[in-house]
Amino acid sequence: MIQIQELHKRFSKNKVLIGVDLEIQNGGIYAILGPNGSGKTTLIKAILGMVLPNKGKIHLNQKDIKNQWKYRENIEYLPQIANFPGNLKVSELIKMIIDLRSKPSSSDELIQRFGLEPFLDKKLNTLSGGTKQKVNLVLTFMFDSPLIILDEPTTGLDPIALLTLKELIAQEKKKGKTFLITSHIMQFVEEVADEIVYLLEGQIYFKGTIEELQNLTHKTNFEHAIAALTAQNV
Amino acid sequence: MFKILKYSFYDLIRSRWSYVYFLFYLLLGFVLLFLNNDLSKAVITLMNIIIILVPLIGTIFGVMYFYNSREFTELLLAQPIKRTSIFLGQYFGVACSLSLSLILGLGIPFALYGLFESNAIFDFSLLLVTGTFLTLIFTAMAFNIAISNENKIMGFGYSVLLWLFMAVIYDGLFLMSLILFEEYPLDNFSLLATMFNPIDLSRTLILLKLDISALLGYTGAVFKKFFGTQLGLFISISMLCLWTLAPIFRLAWKAKRKDF
Repeated sequence: MIQIQELHKRFSKNKVLIGVDLEIQNGGIYAILGPNGSGKTTLIKAILGMVLPNKGKIHLNQKDIKNQWKYRENIEYLPQIANFPGNLKVSELIKMIIDLRSKPSSSDELIQRFGLEPFLDKKLNTLSGGTKQKVNLVLTFMFDSPLIILDEPTTGLDPIALLTLKELIAQEKKKGKTFLITSHIMQFVEEVADEIVYLLEGQIYFKGTIEELQNLTHKTNFEHAIAALTAQNV
Repeated sequence: MFKILKYSFYDLIRSRWSYVYFLFYLLLGFVLLFLNNDLSKAVITLMNIIIILVPLIGTIFGVMYFYNSREFTELLLAQPIKRTSIFLGQYFGVACSLSLSLILGLGIPFALYGLFESNAIFDFSLLLVTGTFLTLIFTAMAFNIAISNENKIMGFGYSVLLWLFMAVIYDGLFLMSLILFEEYPLDNFSLLATMFNPIDLSRTLILLKLDISALLGYTGAVFKKFFGTQLGLFISISMLCLWTLAPIFRLAWKAKRKDF
């Protein structure tokens, strides 16, 4: 369970998060949505301890994460931009992450699922954006952790890989894992998400299921409902 | 930390630039020995090159590596690894691979020339030790600059300025102040001024060891008079250690407080 209390973060004069209160129960898929620059990535990075909040507390399973690093053993994170050390080969990068985590992994199965075998001996800087994203996904899904955070997971993926991703998410969800996903692809969010967390100007503007959102905005189309939510505020 | 060090190191020793750097020293070593035909003289020429070049390469390489591995750093930050381990690991990876290029690149030609049978071996080892110190110091300072500046151009600018200041401007200012205040006793001032610049410090250290009074210059002479050769060597090496540790501590301190 993630508990966030009164989280404030500003980057010099730019206030990105202004008192975010959020509670996320174990299990289920939470989509964190919001316009560009609404603080989605900052919120995610604060949970990961990459961004240090100016004020506020974050508890993960009742433990304060401030100045801790061990808790990340139970989190998988897919960063927004997949960029790796260019001199390494794909197989070496995967081995390296496995070595760093010293945990059992299901990398072989995932490599097969995303069809990455022909790229294993290629250096990372020769890969296309989509292939890099697949490698990124393998790295994220190969460990068995209860919390998985995906920042724009669909970027650059071809339709087949996107299907594989959705299957993977569904499969891991069945195991009772928690997902935090940000995406601008509303169709994808609508398909996978159980609950929506809508961030606007650094605050949680809406939290609830898709139906609740549709009822609130009187729109049947999810994409329009989200647009209406943004417009209401303005 | 050692895992990160290992990977940064492997990543670097396979990059083209490490080879270029290594080959450059290899070539330099052979050419100098060929031209000088004398180990001790080659060591002096080498000193003049190392003292300027090693800081420059350390600074540029450090800044470049830090900015280039930003995304990789983010990947590591999301792993269950302590922040200080990530940054110190990367730092030592860069510093070790640069030092290795230096030591092997110069060591091989000198060893082939018969270094081990000559008595220049201590002078030469001291040269390599100083070169390694300078690599450690300037790479650490470059990492400090890079971690404090989000903007790459600014980071590069500051680090080149830092090098320019330490390698060229500092000496100029030093000399000017000596001329301006020549009526005053300047021994202590020049002693201190030498300690505050790792490049000057290295130069003094090597020249003390080589015992070439003609090349010692004013600072070196004061240094020698003040400390004698033994104590002088000891003090300059301890100062170099301090120079290495200070930026490393600041890097660790800064790494704990930065947002990514």
